Amino acid sequence: MNNVKKDNSNDTAIIVSDGCCVQLGKAQALDDVTFSIERGKKVAVVGPNGGGKSTLFNAIAGLVPVVDGSLKIKGMNPEDAKGSISYVPQKDLINRNFPLSVKQVVEMGLIEKNTLNLFSRKKVNQKITKALENVGLIEKINENINNLSGGQFQRVLIARGLAQDADILLLDEAFSAVDVGAQEDIMNIISDINFDGKTILIATHDINNLDEKFDEVLCLNRHCCAYGDPSEVLTKEVIEEMYGSHTEMFKYHTPESHRKNND
Amino acid sequence: MIEILIEPFQYDFMIRSIVTAILSGATLSLLGPFTINRNMGFMADAMAHATLPIIAIGVFLGFSISELGVPASIIIALFLGYIIKNSNIGEDTAIGIIFSSFFALGFVLISVFNVTINLEDLLFGQILAVSSFDVLIVTIMCITVISLVAVFFKQLLFYSFDPIGAEVKGLNTNFLNYLFLILLSVTIVASLQTVGIILVLSMLLIPAAASKQVANTFISSIFISVLFGILSSVTGLYLSYFFNLPSGPTMSLVATSIFIICLFISKLTKVRA
Repeated sequence: MNNVKKDNSNDTAIIVSDGCCVQLGKAQALDDVTFSIERGKKVAVVGPNGGGKSTLFNAIAGLVPVVDGSLKIKGMNPEDAKGSISYVPQKDLINRNFPLSVKQVVEMGLIEKNTLNLFSRKKVNQKITKALENVGLIEKINENINNLSGGQFQRVLIARGLAQDADILLLDEAFSAVDVGAQEDIMNIISDINFDGKTILIATHDINNLDEKFDEVLCLNRHCCAYGDPSEVLTKEVIEEMYGSHTEMFKYHTPESHRKNND
Repeated sequence: MIEILIEPFQYDFMIRSIVTAILSGATLSLLGPFTINRNMGFMADAMAHATLPIIAIGVFLGFSISELGVPASIIIALFLGYIIKNSNIGEDTAIGIIFSSFFALGFVLISVFNVTINLEDLLFGQILAVSSFDVLIVTIMCITVISLVAVFFKQLLFYSFDPIGAEVKGLNTNFLNYLFLILLSVTIVASLQTVGIILVLSMLLIPAAASKQVANTFISSIFISVLFGILSSVTGLYLSYFFNLPSGPTMSLVATSIFIICLFISKLTKVRA
């Protein structure tokens, strides 16, 4: 395990997992996962299918309980930190049957437990407009979400998180079924958001050029195989630990090969 | 023309019927867009059928269907919601088991208790026989359901669209889930007198499905659905009055006709575009 243990007492740490274990039914979905993510970092979460990426997001979001170890969000238990997290789940978990406008979806980021339809329209509209400007979709504000491309829809959900003013954005498989251009758009937006001090975790299967896109990478295969700078921790051993012997397709993405290419 | 329209109102029972039809039609079709977009049609059908054993027990104990409506529907909603959430056999299967076994239990209890229930009225509705008490119950139901949907509209919409996102945002999704189930169940049970167990589904789903063909937004689909629901109920009742047809099925067929027209308009608009 490389660079996994970090100083948990660091004030800037926003997500601290210390030996976190999560059980799903009889299966141990996360086993002794330890890492510490600092505020404002852009983190790729990689690993095989069933490696625990979505489970980790669910645990951070307070949707599944931590059975052993601890997981702290801004120093709080995940269920107490709800509201400071915006979660963009996998596409098939969102019901797109509803003919909603882009504006209605972004507005959801402003709905509170005690929201009973009675709040200032002006303030709400300002926040929605600003969030959509940040993701470059202000001209689509009244568009039906079913007329959007996969990439545009992801951007709308990111705008929902921005309107919410969440400290942490969790994007589960944000790049699945999205073309390369749209991926780049999403990454550019995320880079811009990052300057605002938001912490962003993206689960992805694509480990190409992670060091160019992300500050850190969290390698998961039920346990934390490695955490740290992508150019340092994505070694052949770590990739093998995650994906078994199927490392042939990743041979160009190890730090050694990057150094070779740069030379 | 006006004379023809007001002719049915010379009878008190027709006034009660029309008021009940409008209120039931409006409330069912208000919840319809949520129901169809959440693919909960089968659940709604199960709710309607699951009332039979409760009605059998209630009638045996000396209560009327109207008196039993609210408690019965809350019990059914809580029970269905709990079983679906806590069983691992799949939602459709769980609903199917409850649906068929409750309906079967209802028939067995009717036989065991030897109670007199007009099954045809229960299955297809008997709107012309509604009492003033029935009208009062449906009115209270209508006002309550519309008020609660209006108050919790944004939260219900968020939860229906993205339940995980809503939970992470801190909304009480458990409350919202059961709130919707109870509203749906109360509306269905209170409308049994109007259109019956079998046809209550048509008033819930068909106006909503028709409005989805022609509406651009979710909010407009709700308003159009309510309009279609009222139109189907009133037109169906008039037709049944003038042509001596069974009222529940006629209301249902009017709703189906509106759906076919909307489907046709929608296809035509898409071809032209």
